[in-house]
Amino acid sequence: MKSFEFANPQSESEALELMNENPEQTVVLAGGTDLISLMQADIIRPDRVVDIKNIDSMHDVQEADGGLMVGALNTLEDVLDNSRFADYASVVQAADAVHAIQIQSSGTIAGDLCHLPNCWYYRNGYGLLALDNGTSLPEAGDGRYHAIFGNSGPAKFVSASRFAPALIAWGAKVRIIGPGPDEAEMLPLEYFYTTPRTQRQGTTVLKPGQIVSHIWLPKPGGAVSGNYDVLQLEGLDWPLASAAATLTISGGRVSEARIVMGHVAPTPWVSHDAATALLGKTITEQTAQAAGDAAVSRATPLKDNGYKVQIARAAVKRAILRAAGLCEGGL
Amino acid sequence: MADEPNLEYFWPPREENVLIGKDIQRIDGIAKATGRAKYSSDINTPGTLFAKLLTSNQAAAKIKMLNIEPAKKVPGVRAVYVFPSAYDIATGESKEIRWDGAPIVAVAADRPEIAADGVRAIEIEYEPLPFFVDEEDLAGAEKAQEETGIERVKSLGDNTEGDVESALSEAAVVHKGYYGIHTISHCCLEPHGSHCEWDGNDKLEVHLSTQNVSGTPGQFAGPLGLEQTAVHVQGHYEGGGFGSKFAADEWDLACAEMAKTTGKPVRLMLDRATELKIAGTRPSGFIDVTIAADAEGNIIAWDSHHWGTSGMAGGTVTLGKIPYVFDFANRNRKATGLVCNTGPNRAWRAPPHPQLCALTMTAMDDLAAKLEMDSYDLFMKNLPNVSKGIDDRIDVYAEQMKIAAEMIDWKAKWHPHGKGGGEGAVKRGLGMALHTWGGGAGPCTCLLKVHPDGSVETFLGSQDLGTGTRTVIAIVMAETFGLTLDDVKVNLGSSRYPKSGASGGSITVGGVSSTHRMAAQKALRQIFNLVAAKYDVKADTLAAKGGQILSDGKPVCSWKQAAGLVGPMPLEVQGETTREGLTSATVGGVQMVEVSVNTETGVIRINDFVCVQDCGLIIDELTARSQVLGGMIMGISYALTEERIMDSHTGRYLNADLENYKLPRIGDIGNLRVKMYQPASEYNRGVVGLGEPPVISPGAAISNAVANATGVRVPVLPLTPQRVLDALQKGGAA
Amino acid sequence: MKDRQHAGGNTTVSRRAFLQGSGAAMAATAIATGANEAVAEAEKPSRLRSAGPQKVVLTVNGKQHTLMLEPRVTLLEALRNDLNLTGAKEVGNVSNDGADTVIIDGKPVFASTRLAIEVEGKNITTVEGLSEGKNVDEVITAFVKHDATQCGYCTPGFVVAVRAFLNKNPGANLEQIRKGLGGNICRCGTYAGVTDAAVELCKQGGA
Repeated sequence: MKSFEFANPQSESEALELMNENPEQTVVLAGGTDLISLMQADIIRPDRVVDIKNIDSMHDVQEADGGLMVGALNTLEDVLDNSRFADYASVVQAADAVHAIQIQSSGTIAGDLCHLPNCWYYRNGYGLLALDNGTSLPEAGDGRYHAIFGNSGPAKFVSASRFAPALIAWGAKVRIIGPGPDEAEMLPLEYFYTTPRTQRQGTTVLKPGQIVSHIWLPKPGGAVSGNYDVLQLEGLDWPLASAAATLTISGGRVSEARIVMGHVAPTPWVSHDAATALLGKTITEQTAQAAGDAAVSRATPLKDNGYKVQIARAAVKRAILRAAGLCEGGL
Repeated sequence: MADEPNLEYFWPPREENVLIGKDIQRIDGIAKATGRAKYSSDINTPGTLFAKLLTSNQAAAKIKMLNIEPAKKVPGVRAVYVFPSAYDIATGESKEIRWDGAPIVAVAADRPEIAADGVRAIEIEYEPLPFFVDEEDLAGAEKAQEETGIERVKSLGDNTEGDVESALSEAAVVHKGYYGIHTISHCCLEPHGSHCEWDGNDKLEVHLSTQNVSGTPGQFAGPLGLEQTAVHVQGHYEGGGFGSKFAADEWDLACAEMAKTTGKPVRLMLDRATELKIAGTRPSGFIDVTIAADAEGNIIAWDSHHWGTSGMAGGTVTLGKIPYVFDFANRNRKATGLVCNTGPNRAWRAPPHPQLCALTMTAMDDLAAKLEMDSYDLFMKNLPNVSKGIDDRIDVYAEQMKIAAEMIDWKAKWHPHGKGGGEGAVKRGLGMALHTWGGGAGPCTCLLKVHPDGSVETFLGSQDLGTGTRTVIAIVMAETFGLTLDDVKVNLGSSRYPKSGASGGSITVGGVSSTHRMAAQKALRQIFNLVAAKYDVKADTLAAKGGQILSDGKPVCSWKQAAGLVGPMPLEVQGETTREGLTSATVGGVQMVEVSVNTETGVIRINDFVCVQDCGLIIDELTARSQVLGGMIMGISYALTEERIMDSHTGRYLNADLENYKLPRIGDIGNLRVKMYQPASEYNRGVVGLGEPPVISPGAAISNAVANATGVRVPVLPLTPQRVLDALQKGGAA
Repeated sequence: MKDRQHAGGNTTVSRRAFLQGSGAAMAATAIATGANEAVAEAEKPSRLRSAGPQKVVLTVNGKQHTLMLEPRVTLLEALRNDLNLTGAKEVGNVSNDGADTVIIDGKPVFASTRLAIEVEGKNITTVEGLSEGKNVDEVITAFVKHDATQCGYCTPGFVVAVRAFLNKNPGANLEQIRKGLGGNICRCGTYAGVTDAAVELCKQGGA
């Protein structure tokens, strides 16, 4: 870890000021569950670290704009403990699937949304695109955990966020502030993620000097939801694939559906095919399976990761069944 | 043994034991659980410098350019050491870098972050060389050898018994299979490393994370040009070893050198990535096998060729001992080592039995399926084919199998492979395997003192890796003298104490327990003679129990009074390993496991896992059970999640971190049960070690359970969701 | 105020940037602390701290310690190397093994994922804070009773994790124990003993 200045703002505006002296070389520290490791490995080498944990407004959870405005610094534990999240079952399930009290009490929602890829080439210093003299390492080397969707460009890593699929399926938005002191915008979370095409591009739309301050969730309005992480280990582990489903069921049939997969593409992957397959259907093992089949019908696995197609299919099926109350989590 | 009066040293009659064989809490448990136990990585003597390494990011290379001057200029950097194995700094000649993670430069600085600055400042350029790392790919290794002229394939021999060809032609059922088990790293939680501090220029004090306290001073002294008397190695607590910590490694010598040049203590522990890459691995094994049986299930032929990585330095799954536990009248076997640019192999718990077991008992299980036989029945039927040398244990295996089957309810739960039925994607299945290990009693000596105030202590240059060595010694002394554990003190972990062998191969408990029983019996006899003279009783009527000396059951004097008779100075006696009457060798065990497999995701969970294990006389049943449980859990790890992943494109160890090097956690082990098999016959054969055996069977047992659940063999361990789904797809089950 | 900001540091930082971001709230802080003069001021946290070594005050097991640290020093490094509190262990480069678990303001945390400077003013409990002489936390007693330790290297972190887990979930069931404690790695395989210890303590209401 190289030396850096440390800033400890107490308000959003202070944070923006402290970030915008040299925004390209400044990083934001929230729970630290990933950033410190990345800095220890010299993958991220900032000149300044801005610790945003002491900004009260970013810890709030309030009703706002016909929904719930959630401070970016709410932890996984907060999500599990705060009854305001109870109606968003898939979000709670995503937090519950992180099997370590230490991560649950430190990790924040926004930190999770911005979590950098776990790609082992990235983590070994080959950059986000994992190129070695122009060769794509996940293609030429070992891509067993890499993308099966959205991988036609140079990026082969998978989005690491545990919450994004559930939040996108709920139609969540993020509140982005900065870089100017009065700049703030609300952006659907679905559009927050980008797939880099060059080594200089990142994984989100955030520009230097910007931070996510809040996440907004619409009122549940009677919709149900489920999240399923396929975890090799019961202990702390990254999903091989995950899926979230948010469904509106009227008269026993699905009238609206949002299906989002995680850990299968460089961004969370919205499956309109799966959603369409469910419309007008009653949720059963068979219709959920059909939606899973639809979800992966256009997958483009690499040479090593064909098995992830089946895992993604199973995740979608189980997320749907879980939303409908037809299956629990677990094996 | 008490009924064999000709023996000089013997264990007490079992029924008289107060401590031996009971559940005794380990005596260093509090020190460990409070964090007070100091490991080598915890030593912080004043002024300690911290060292970090620059390691190779190439699998094979020469160093084109190395400039350490910028590191030396970093304020706070005190020493920069270039590893002679990598580069000759005097001549600028590069040695060959042969694997990812090879150490090149060490930097010692006032603080760890400054040492990291120093490492970052070093300039280095490599000239890459051809490499080969794909240890499963025999044909690829042959091709690479042909193309580059670099040796990649090494014959490890072959041999034949009987006539395999005609046995195969007469067999009722012939099964051909391919099986494998990947390389794993030792991954001790305390990394390899040391804290070195000099007293002047000629005396070196080392805290070393080692399994070999008595054996390592010379390994420092030689290369450093010191007399062995000048090196004192200490290792009071070790954060894991498992066979990888017998030596003073090159990074330990670097630590000592930097401590010398700076005149300050230096601590150098490997970082986790380097620990995984270079501090020891258990080599892989892959096998093509043909196995055949007659219609009754008697196995009549075995024909196999196995291979695996021998790294660059050798040491892989050798020819002997396959098939494992069993041997068959007609048998061909052949072994090949692949020379791979991977970090060195080191002994890993029961080398190479876990691989042999996984390569043998999976094939036997598939043969049973082909015979439409219950796997249990096939193993039982073939017990007469247990290898020579352990065939006196056949009856014990049969007993153990019966007990294990009852514990897991085998007969009620077993179903033909893939025929368990049940709704949904989750299938359950049962599997089993058998294992063997030699163990015995390793070399050990001790100096035992009985002080005139009645306190007792011992000194020995052994070490406690977490196996309970300290506790076992304390129990033996306390039992012999009729004292409590609080009355006896165990001093180990220093090379200045009487020498004791390295702890590896399940020989430590045999060594230290027999040594201390001998020393304590010797001391007690001397004290009995003093008591006899003083109190006018016959020495052969005396016994030491409950802090008293008894004559024919009646109190004569207290232990303290008796000890006071030794005079103003302590009574000192020496002990040494005593095999006759106190220890023996060779143990066996059976493991059975029930798993659930999600056939949609390929995820496996352990439900029930039982082990029936013998190990002769058990000194502490609590820590013995812990050893077995630990073996089973390490077995779950290499069976399901744990493997080294080498990248064929970059030649690098891709998963050298604890997120991608997946170790099971508390939720991954299921319900484990251990039955220590200990009828009188076991007690009477004395102590045998236990560290290795329980880690051998899990790979095969779990693989067999998954085959039983799904009806499809997942041929290669670990059974990751990827391998499970790929096998199911190939087998038409998904 | 400018001096205070750079106390102990060796890197120059623009005062303008500092003031711009702070506004009225910062001015109020300055007035409030102004009376206490330089010594007290030097120990007050500033919004921006230099990259160089500087005073960092940590409250560990109820005691205050003043250290000279760069911001990049992690809490784990400070505990182990500067305070010689070596119960928490350094095991992984990527922090997910739990051997470094400490409790900060009641929450279990991997100490290697916190900068020391970040936890100034917080109450840090390490494993050393769970015993005093022969007086030890019930978790420690239960670990020894159920032989939840072999080599012992993961044990202190596991003890702290179990303590934090029980504080929040005193009556947890087996499933909750298995899920909650998934952040700790043991290589020797003591999980069965840890489970037995935790189950027993939960039956006693978290002791």
